[in-house]
Amino acid sequence: MFAYLVRRVLYAIPILIGVNLLTFVLFFVVNSPDDMARMQIGVKRATPEAIERWKVERGYDKPMFYNPVASGSARVTDTIFFSKSLRMFAFDFGSADDGRDIAREIRERMGPSLAIALPTFLLSLYAAISMALLLVFFRATYLDFWGVVGCVAMMSISSLFYIIGGQWLVSKLWSLVPISGYASGLDATRFLVLPVAISVIAGIGSSVRWYRTIFLEEISKDYVRTARAKGLSELRVLFRHVLKNAMIPILTGVVVVIPLLFMGSLLVESFFAIPGLGSYTIDAINAQDFAVVRAMVFIGSVLYIVGLILTDLSYVLVDPRVRLE
Amino acid sequence: MTSMSIQPVILWTDALLFLLLLACVLAALHVRNTEPLRDAWHKVGRRPTGMAAATVLCAFVLVGLLDSLHYRPRLPELPAAADASRSAAAARKGEAVYSSEVLSALDALLAPLRLQTEKTYSAPFSFTLYQRETVQAPGSGQQRIYPRLVHGAAHLGDPAAERGGDVALRTLAALGLAAAAWALAFLIAAWRVARSERLPWDEAVSALLRGRTVLAWRAVLATLAVLLVIVSAWATLAPHYHVFGTDKVGQDVLYLALKSVRTALVIGTITTLVMMPFAVALGIAAGYLGGWVDDAVQYVYTVLNAIPGVLLIAAAVLMMQVVIDTHPQWFDTAAQRSDARLLALCFILGITSWTGLARLLRGETLKLRELEYVQAARAFGASTAAILRRHILPNVMHIVLIALVMDFSGLVLAEAVLSYVGIGVDPTTISFGTMINMARAELAREPMVWWSLAAAFVFMFALVLAANLFADVVRDAFDPRRS
Repeated sequence: MFAYLVRRVLYAIPILIGVNLLTFVLFFVVNSPDDMARMQIGVKRATPEAIERWKVERGYDKPMFYNPVASGSARVTDTIFFSKSLRMFAFDFGSADDGRDIAREIRERMGPSLAIALPTFLLSLYAAISMALLLVFFRATYLDFWGVVGCVAMMSISSLFYIIGGQWLVSKLWSLVPISGYASGLDATRFLVLPVAISVIAGIGSSVRWYRTIFLEEISKDYVRTARAKGLSELRVLFRHVLKNAMIPILTGVVVVIPLLFMGSLLVESFFAIPGLGSYTIDAINAQDFAVVRAMVFIGSVLYIVGLILTDLSYVLVDPRVRLE
Repeated sequence: MTSMSIQPVILWTDALLFLLLLACVLAALHVRNTEPLRDAWHKVGRRPTGMAAATVLCAFVLVGLLDSLHYRPRLPELPAAADASRSAAAARKGEAVYSSEVLSALDALLAPLRLQTEKTYSAPFSFTLYQRETVQAPGSGQQRIYPRLVHGAAHLGDPAAERGGDVALRTLAALGLAAAAWALAFLIAAWRVARSERLPWDEAVSALLRGRTVLAWRAVLATLAVLLVIVSAWATLAPHYHVFGTDKVGQDVLYLALKSVRTALVIGTITTLVMMPFAVALGIAAGYLGGWVDDAVQYVYTVLNAIPGVLLIAAAVLMMQVVIDTHPQWFDTAAQRSDARLLALCFILGITSWTGLARLLRGETLKLRELEYVQAARAFGASTAAILRRHILPNVMHIVLIALVMDFSGLVLAEAVLSYVGIGVDPTTISFGTMINMARAELAREPMVWWSLAAAFVFMFALVLAANLFADVVRDAFDPRRS
């Protein structure tokens, strides 16, 4: 098990190097820093001095891979590739355009992001699995049919509609909760209720349908027939046998997103003015703060790889046949 | 070229859309001659939901294709003195001068909608602007009134009293028009049923009415009835009223919503079209060849998968913007620039979404590789290329087809979100995303400006729901695991 874990972590390194190279190519090779400067300053106002100043401020004035002017190891370290790309492996992302340290900003913003993403995740999981079980219990009836139709209809509605409509209905028309904002501590609850509820509703259509398919696939297997043949009630079959065995496909899809919860949700956070990582990313995109976008890409892929490893570990917990060697 | 009144313009996405149409026609011909494929499509045709959804999709596709026939209208001959700098040189050579504005066949068709702009917001069917304005009234000094619209309900003398009756009358006319068109469609359908099922005329009609035909024609006719009523209501009402109101700069919202359809279709189809060759080639190669090819392909798609989709798209779009903004000389017209951006967005979405299809194809190829007929082909000494082309590719095409229809709705929804985030289509491109984005800020107004938002969401919902239903039926028919 431990050896397996070490191997998986080692296997993650080439993937992270790939992500790192890809972002480097995207941000520094497709466009030279001069192009980026010209775009951000504005093509008309971009004098050579202004471009030079922009590059010095952000540390883009160094050579790309090799610095012949410096001495010693600085020849390699005092370059764009080292300072902007390789330093990420030490979670050193430099500073954003407003001068703040990105790593610190990320640490501070993880809390609010998680405060929305974690309850959303748990509630969605619970609601979707129970509704899917309900549909499967009443399979091939009108309830099942209209349930699926409802799911497809809910899937077809833009998530923007859920957010805008929910904000308008609950906050503006009924004045139940504040329209947006955030507070620390327990006070945050009233700001969190609506975004969490909206996120759960927005995602439920597709997830209920997905779980329903998994359960239906499971329910047609032989062991289910055996369980019924020995006289178990349908409810017992569903909860004790089908749900247990469906855990493997469910975990495959679910565990991998758990680490990504730290990243928050772009849309919900920006609509509800939650100071999390999602709104941080959106602000960076709108302000074209390349350093922040690069940092978020790197963090995101690290979290994804952690999720993959967690998925493998979770199989051990639910499936006694799986041994990680 | 002296007397042409228009100059055709083929944008990149137009070319790709028509290429896709051509591919669909060729595929349809191929399906006609291939029994298993014909059977599978017959299964789709027997499902009422599938046929109804297909009818709605066809209507959207028609709008999208009309909007893809682009041209530049010729500018009227200017008096020699005016605008000398621009047209003098051209006029001397006797050449026509074309507008820099690129229009489409849909624009020409909807000319009244496009040209009847107001000053700013107005509610659906309104005859006044949304806000009061201060005007100089003769005799009584300044007054704060709701000014009359320039075009909306302009034909009525006393709109407050006459509007209800006028709208009712025009709706009645629309119903008559729709009924006539529907009767024609019904006759054509009955004739087809009578011919293909070899029924006498009256039995064909009754089979059609009871929904007993082989293909679900009744569902098509029912959907068509709804569509015809809507379209003819627009045809009779829209030239005189702003059916969905007007937006901030006074443009008709119905016009904007119809124009958005093309953008949605381009994003939904071209994205899959451009990524398909990569996904198919890499997925099949990885599955069949194995070894280092498999390792390399898996490495590439694990890396791409590792980056959360939105962030990869954001990074790529930001960089694409830099390229487009720093090279203005590449594009003649604004339409070409925004089209380039749309196409680039399709490519970027494609790069982030091919991995799923490639993985599916790799898995399926791994299975097919071990089957007897492939083994036999190998034993007979068929080359790898021939095996891949003749034995593997046709047997994984159903996965590609399912991916094509399943991805469509997700991409249409993604466009709106990406445009909201600021990494979607060019702000000048009319799309559901830009419509929502512009309307969003206006919700805070009192009274609320809800109509452009509502129009965008209703259109999107209709398109995506039809696509989702159709995709389900296609998947059921083509996926061998579902019986």
